[in-house]
Amino acid sequence: MLDLLLPLWMLGVSLYALAKKQDLYGALLQGGKEGLKLIVSIAPALVVLLTAVHMLRASGAMEQLSLWLAPFCKAVGIPAETLPLMLIRPFSGSAALAVGADLMQTYGTDSPIGRTAAVMLGSSETTFYTISVYFGSVGIKRTRYAIPAALVADLSGFLAAALTTRLLG
Amino acid sequence: MGGIWAGMLLIAIAAALVRGNTAALLPAALEGAAAAVELCVKLTGSLCLFGALGKAMEQSGLMKKLGRLLRPIFRRLFPRTADDEEALGYLSANVAANVLGLGNAATPMGIAAVKRMKAISGSSTASDEMCRLIVMNTASIQLLPTTVASLRASLGAGSPLDILPAVWISSALSLSAGLLAARLFQGRKHRA
Repeated sequence: MLDLLLPLWMLGVSLYALAKKQDLYGALLQGGKEGLKLIVSIAPALVVLLTAVHMLRASGAMEQLSLWLAPFCKAVGIPAETLPLMLIRPFSGSAALAVGADLMQTYGTDSPIGRTAAVMLGSSETTFYTISVYFGSVGIKRTRYAIPAALVADLSGFLAAALTTRLLG
Repeated sequence: MGGIWAGMLLIAIAAALVRGNTAALLPAALEGAAAAVELCVKLTGSLCLFGALGKAMEQSGLMKKLGRLLRPIFRRLFPRTADDEEALGYLSANVAANVLGLGNAATPMGIAAVKRMKAISGSSTASDEMCRLIVMNTASIQLLPTTVASLRASLGAGSPLDILPAVWISSALSLSAGLLAARLFQGRKHRA
């Protein structure tokens, strides 16, 4: 069922656009161009951050941090290795992507850690970026409880990611 | 981000000094930079593909249609904004794009929605409905997490999409927790 989900979605979107007499091919090419722009805009950030992440790992600092925080993480059921991901997630999407990709490569995409990282990435957003863009661009100065409420959402998402990955395999 | 980067370097160098493996730093740095480029190359194809289909959905009006399906929910969550046709349009487009994992399309719609909400309230203080919109956008409500799926596919996952149920449950829990927290922080005074 899941195997067909994306191919069918692709077909459905295309047929709908054709039925509406839209320039489907033109839209596809334009969207593809935007995808290229997106990758160009996140590439420099990925280079800079993956460099630092690899240095942190080679230095043994990551291992040490995970070791220190392991008991706490174990208590709430989150793999300690995903801590750097959770810390960076609210601040930078590309950095979180870099850290997540690194976890998946190091421990395996289908390992519990790799899967937890993927679910965490898929069920959270770049909170501070979103708030600053949405409120900053229209001149909202007092954000009231938007930040704490959004962080509560992030934290519950991370806990839920660890839990669901463990339960659903 | 600059501070975070410098901090990461500082910690790496300090830890390497303590553990006496300073020789590993430079190779690791170069390896990290190369890994980033490799990752980008692997990601490019699927990101372009999702971008292409997203554009087709946007231009054919499919996104707007989905947004209309969501309206009954909006009338509950955003009672004040729902009275305004324009704001409601932006809101539903924002949420529909989010649900489909098209973050790029969602952001401009979300900004337009907040702008319209601000015009209605006429104040530079965030309204309760704005805070709820923020929670909906930061909790990630995507049904198709396109970037993560691309990432998993490019790194050779057996079945890149089999994390979907876990993502859905986690997103739902995080959104409910966020909205609940917003309700609590809102207090009794400004209930709107």
